[in-house]
Amino acid sequence: MTTDQVNNLREKVLWVWKETLAIHRRAPETRLASSLSVIEIFVALYYGGVLKFSASSPLDEERDRCIISKGHGSICMYPILADLGFFAMEELQNVCQAGSFLGGIPDPVIPGYETVNGSLGHGLGVATGVALALKTKKSDSNVFVVTGDGELHEGANWEAIMFASHHGLDNLHLIVDDNSISMLDHTDNIVSHRDLAMRLTSFGWDCLEVDGHDIIAVQEILLKQKNIKEGRPKAIISKTLKGHGVPGLEDASLSHIINPKPELIDDLLENLIDTLLEKKK
Amino acid sequence: MNINSFAMRDVFLERIWQEMASNPSIFFVSADFGSPVLDKIREDFSDRFVNVGIAEQNLINITAGLAIEGFTVFAYAIAPFITMRCYEQIRVSLALLSEVRPMNVNLIGVGAGYSYVVSGPTHQCYEDITIMRALPNFQVLSPADHITADKLFDGCVSSNGLKYLRFDAQILPVIYEAGPPKISDGFHVHQQGEKICLIATGYMLHTAFQVANEIAKDGEKLGVIDIFNLTHFSADRLKTVLAPYSAIVSCEEGFRGRGGLDAMLFEFIAKSNLNVKTLSIGVEPGYSFELGSRIELHEKVGIGIQSILKKVRPFIQTIPN
Repeated sequence: MTTDQVNNLREKVLWVWKETLAIHRRAPETRLASSLSVIEIFVALYYGGVLKFSASSPLDEERDRCIISKGHGSICMYPILADLGFFAMEELQNVCQAGSFLGGIPDPVIPGYETVNGSLGHGLGVATGVALALKTKKSDSNVFVVTGDGELHEGANWEAIMFASHHGLDNLHLIVDDNSISMLDHTDNIVSHRDLAMRLTSFGWDCLEVDGHDIIAVQEILLKQKNIKEGRPKAIISKTLKGHGVPGLEDASLSHIINPKPELIDDLLENLIDTLLEKKK
Repeated sequence: MNINSFAMRDVFLERIWQEMASNPSIFFVSADFGSPVLDKIREDFSDRFVNVGIAEQNLINITAGLAIEGFTVFAYAIAPFITMRCYEQIRVSLALLSEVRPMNVNLIGVGAGYSYVVSGPTHQCYEDITIMRALPNFQVLSPADHITADKLFDGCVSSNGLKYLRFDAQILPVIYEAGPPKISDGFHVHQQGEKICLIATGYMLHTAFQVANEIAKDGEKLGVIDIFNLTHFSADRLKTVLAPYSAIVSCEEGFRGRGGLDAMLFEFIAKSNLNVKTLSIGVEPGYSFELGSRIELHEKVGIGIQSILKKVRPFIQTIPN
């Protein structure tokens, strides 16, 4: 990858981070913290050459399917989809407003969203069905499904995890945004996943871990894993921080339900963004 | 009787097997639930048959994934499990998602009412009509014999949408010997009555005929209607058919007064401004672990022939001539 490409990905991450904060500033009903931990994953998928997509034809048969199970925690997808032309950039001004299709929890009325995501623990199972369908159709397309770590407490996920490995669905990619926090606490204090990678591996998945805030590492591991087809479904555990980059929110047990003060967001957007840009470079 | 009786599921699965030979878009998903006919499907179409195991939540999720990719999916399990174990999967990834992503999904639930007689209340199903008709874009289909089940198959393949088929687990006598009912009406008038009409679904149609025969001995002719589509029926025609009656009696093998057939019919009567009295025949709400034949169990919960006669005879006395 050229230096320009690297810089471009890093700039996109910061731009999406800033736009996500700006959306939350306008629409405080949106979930901010879980939308900040997953930014690098989506930037890598959509700008890093991982995902096949068509903004002008979102349900194009040749596309890779991206199923976003952690619905609330994907508000950062709004600026990405707008930037890529799935819908007009002006729509970002209307999030959560009457008449807008951009809600507090994204639904498949939004171009680019495949499934209903508000209730957690459904995406992986549906994605598994899609992966089976694509195999049956002899399609080369892949299925990426992004979950949180908290929603893996839902048992239906494990039904899908067993099914996918039994059927050798190597077109299925699970990306866990492992920010380690559910709504009320760190998942380790609720029901610990312990070593999630080991658990998935023992269920027959190829599983890798990555620093989820290192955009280059995330992109490289996604590209590498996409091309491996060895009869096993694939998972990436992306180690992230909930509320990444926002003082008082980052890695806070209750970050899911904390809304940063508007003045803090204004301050971050107006004054600190340059500092953060420098720091991240 | 000239026509042999078959299990609804066997006839329906036979049609699926035949259709799969010429229609590559059919996919069959089972939650580790079988039948002799299913063996033919899994042997002949192994690439479009999958057993998800005892995992109904995954059954529905896999079904949803296949369906949004264009497959016409038949999902198959025991009735209480395919409706209640996975209700939120049905709601989110079928009922909600189908508003945006067109799909053709047919949930086949075997074991309506008490048809798993000795298996007890886990395998019996008295709540499914209520909860499945609560989902606005589901059709709830409840045939009374294998001829109807066979005929319902045509619409399941040709019409996109979500359907729940409530099949009896036992082989029931043939009702439609002379030919299947008109499916688009959603109901069929079997006999005209004078003051009172019995409206029954599934197994209870058979009971309703026997009740009507007994009441006929008293000199009162009851109407008998089979309603096999509990959500999508010809409302205009049903209104016309019911208009001459002074009273109707709903008959279901599900809880009485809990949002099932009775609620559906009474809402319909109110909306249609029909001036009729009503009586609800259904399972007395409650659970029991008692064993007995289906007929005995029905008498205990208020839907056996004798139990119904005890309610219908005094009811008739309240209806003016």
